[in-house]
Amino acid sequence: MHYIDPHIHMVSRTTDDYARMAQAGCIAITEPAFWAGFDRSSAQGFHDYFRVLTETEPARAAQYGIRHFAWICINPKEAEDPGFAREVIALIPDFLDKPNVLGVGEIGLNKNSKNELEILEAQIALAKARDQLILVHTPHLEDKLKGTRLIMDALANHDVDPGRVLIDHVEEHTVGAVLDAGYWAGMTLYPDSKCTPERATDIIETYGRERIWINSAGDWGPSDPLAVPKCHVEMLRRGHPRETVKRISIDNPRTFLGQCAKFDVEDPS
Amino acid sequence: MAETPFTVPRPRSWVVDTYFMAHRAKLLDVAAFLDRVDRAPPDDGAAARTDDPRLVSLRAAIALLVDGEGDRARRILELFSDPSTDPIDRAPGKGAIGVWPDYDPDA
Ligand SMILES: [Zn+2]
Repeated sequence: MHYIDPHIHMVSRTTDDYARMAQAGCIAITEPAFWAGFDRSSAQGFHDYFRVLTETEPARAAQYGIRHFAWICINPKEAEDPGFAREVIALIPDFLDKPNVLGVGEIGLNKNSKNELEILEAQIALAKARDQLILVHTPHLEDKLKGTRLIMDALANHDVDPGRVLIDHVEEHTVGAVLDAGYWAGMTLYPDSKCTPERATDIIETYGRERIWINSAGDWGPSDPLAVPKCHVEMLRRGHPRETVKRISIDNPRTFLGQCAKFDVEDPS
Repeated sequence: MAETPFTVPRPRSWVVDTYFMAHRAKLLDVAAFLDRVDRAPPDDGAAARTDDPRLVSLRAAIALLVDGEGDRARRILELFSDPSTDPIDRAPGKGAIGVWPDYDPDA
């Protein structure tokens, strides 16, 4: 079945992964800017990374017929030094104009610190001023519930339209509040943290198919670039119709991402 | 337009048939992990390993499994979560340990 993986860090993956994803039916991906597993030593390091996201990866994906889109930001794990973070933020506007960039992301919080929050708010303000879509990273593990609440407060303080924000990495304790507030919700399928295919399917059964999608968030850590089609197998074996799978992995991503005119991926059916 | 949530399309017996063996194995993994912790010698000078906040929260979470209430996954995640609401002054590092270290089962 065709699908879109709306959150995957292909910079950390091999070309073989692109090949396998294409064989599994992947037609498009979106790649948010994130922490690379080490802190960059300069703003120039981010500039180079943003070029990878806007030049190298789209070309690599195209070899396998996969459309590649990106999100640009400074991630919360490198936001504890606000002076440095603001140097990086100054680089963002030029990249927002690139043909494959859909918006600002993945911005958010990691340890829920004051500096992280300051840099999050600066990037929310930038996104608002430039009328950009926003992709939000919520913290890991014990910090997720508190961080998700702080992020939703910050978005509300900036009067951001919730329909133009996707809050990612939701789990059973955060999905309800995210959907109730009118945001889009992303479920990340990881082997040891976040959601498994089984729990993601449980959440869809409990909260419905509206304003929700699944992603692999494949990166350099324990993760699986084929997690999205594996979750489809789980949904189908439980007896959910193919139309539901399409809704989660084609229709919903097209509806949310299509709010940016650059996302011109057609319905493959 | 709100859509009514739906449910597992297949009957309860199918759910048990499909998932029982995998979850039997996961439960035994938890049991064997707790036994392994008990068998390991204490770290030098450190408090007994059973005081590790991760184990304190894990034991409390296991109790939630059998309290007769639903919404177990959500309630366990909440038990593992930092309940405070204000941002902290500085990030102590980047990592997270998986539970709120100040959780007190007797509070
Ligand atoms: Zn990510």
